Amino acid sequence: MMEKLFSLIRDTLGSQVRTLWQVFSHAFVKADTVQYPDEQPYMFPRWRGRIILSRDPDGEERCVACNLCAVACPVDCIALQKTEDDDGRWYPEFFRINFSRCIMCGFCEEACPTNAIQLTPDFEMAEYERQDMVWEKEDLLISGTGKYHDYNFYKVAGKQIKGKDKGEALNEAPPVDVRSLLS
Amino acid sequence: MLVWEVGSVLNIGVILGLVIFIAAMLIWVERRLLSLWQERLGPNRVGWFGLLQVAADMIKIFTKEDWVPPFADKATFVLAPAIIMIVILMSFAVIPFAPGVGVVDSNIGILFVLAMASLGAYSVMLGGLSSDNKYALLGALRAAAQMVSYEVFMGISLLGVVALSGSFDLREIVLAQADGWYVIPQFIGFIIFLIAGIAESHRLPFDIPEAEQEICSGYHTEYSGMKFGMFFVGEYLGLVLVSSLITVLFFGGWLGPAFLPPIFWFVIKAFTFICFFILLRAAIPRPRYDQLMSYGWLFLLPVSLINLLLTGAIILSTQ
Repeated sequence: MMEKLFSLIRDTLGSQVRTLWQVFSHAFVKADTVQYPDEQPYMFPRWRGRIILSRDPDGEERCVACNLCAVACPVDCIALQKTEDDDGRWYPEFFRINFSRCIMCGFCEEACPTNAIQLTPDFEMAEYERQDMVWEKEDLLISGTGKYHDYNFYKVAGKQIKGKDKGEALNEAPPVDVRSLLS
Repeated sequence: MLVWEVGSVLNIGVILGLVIFIAAMLIWVERRLLSLWQERLGPNRVGWFGLLQVAADMIKIFTKEDWVPPFADKATFVLAPAIIMIVILMSFAVIPFAPGVGVVDSNIGILFVLAMASLGAYSVMLGGLSSDNKYALLGALRAAAQMVSYEVFMGISLLGVVALSGSFDLREIVLAQADGWYVIPQFIGFIIFLIAGIAESHRLPFDIPEAEQEICSGYHTEYSGMKFGMFFVGEYLGLVLVSSLITVLFFGGWLGPAFLPPIFWFVIKAFTFICFFILLRAAIPRPRYDQLMSYGWLFLLPVSLINLLLTGAIILSTQ
C-alpha cells in the first residue's frame, strides 16, 4: 500500500515536473518556423514543386509525347496528344497539366525518358480562378535545359530524323547490311 | 458616488471590465506562450506582437452565424453559456485584489466561491444536455462527474487554510499571511487545490469534458458564434479565478516587498499561475476519464483528509 502510494507520488511529482521543465526549457530555443511571406525559406533544388517542360541544348522541345508521364501519373492530371513535324521529330500537339489535381509526387519526372518534364522548387501556385490552375504547353515550356544541361535525346537515340540518319547517333554502330553476312 | 473603496460603483466597474478584458487577452497570451514552448511564432500579425488578435477574433465571432440547432432545447441552450459567465464573474466579487480594491468583503468568501464553482457545473451540464447530441451528452456526463467530485477535494484542501487563519473571509486570510505564506504549512493543500482547480475549470490536462480529439469539443459541440465565445471566455475567466484564488489563499495575495504597489504583487503572482496553467497545457497529455476519477477519489481525497487532520492536530497541540 505505502509502496504503491510512494510510486504514485514519484510518478506524479517526478515525471510530471520533469516534463514541465523540459517543455519550459523550449522557451529558450529559437523558433523553427519563419515569417513566411516576409522571410522566404530556402527551397532545396530537388524540391518537388511546379512542373516545367525543358528544352534540349539546341533549344528544341525535349518532350517526344511518349505518354509515359501521363501513364505514371497517379492522379491523371497530365493530358497530351502526339504529333510529328516535317523533320520526323515527335512532339506534343498539346500538353496540359491540371495543377489543381497534381500531388507533386514526381513520378512523371522519373518516368520521362528524355528528361523533358521536371519539377522545380516553386510552390506558390495559388489562383483565384480554378480554371487558371490548368497549365498548357506554352505555360509549361521554359527556354532552358533544366537540371540536365547536356542531354539531347535525338543525339543519342536511334530514331531517324532529318539530318541524322540511322547509325549516326552518339555511340550507335552503323546499321548492319544483313545480306553481307551471307557471302 | 465615484469614491475608491471596497464595494463602490467605480471599483466594481473597473474590476468587472478588467477581469473580462484580461480573460479575453488570455486568448492571445495562451497562443503566444504555447507557440513559444512549441518552437513556433504564434499570432504576431494583427497589431503590435499580435496584440489586436483578440479584436480580430471578436469581430469574426460576432459576425458568425449564431445558430441554434432545430433539435435543441432552445431556452436551455441559450441559457447555458450565460450561466458560466455569470457564476465565474460572481466569484470575483469576493476576491480581495488589494487593500481597498474588491467588490465585497464577505465573511463567507471561500464558501461563496465554492458555491459558485458548483453552479458552474450546471452550465456545462445544461449545455450538453440541451444540445441533443451524443458527443455533447458524453461531454456533459463527464463534466458533471468530474466537477462534482473535484469540488470535494477542492473544499477539503482549503479547510487547512481556514483552520490556520481562523476565517472564511478571503481578505482576512490574506492579512493572516503577513508572517508567512500558507504555501509552506499547507503545501499539500496547495498541490491538491492546484490539481482540483485545473479539473474544476476543465483546462488541459483535465479538459476531459471537451476533449477535442475524442469527443469533438464535448458539451459545446453544437455551439457557434458568440454563445461558443461565452463558453470560451468563461473558461479563461475560470483560469483567472483559480489563479487569483491560489494567489489569495496560498501566496499572500497582495502582500510583498513595499517597492511595488500591492495590486502589482497580486497581478504578478496571479499571472505567474496563469502562465503555469498554460505550461501545463503545453506539456502534459490528457489522462483517461476513469484514471482521472480514480486518481481523485482514491488518492486526492485521502491525502486531503490526512492533510486536514494533521493541520488540525498541529494547531491544537501548539495552542
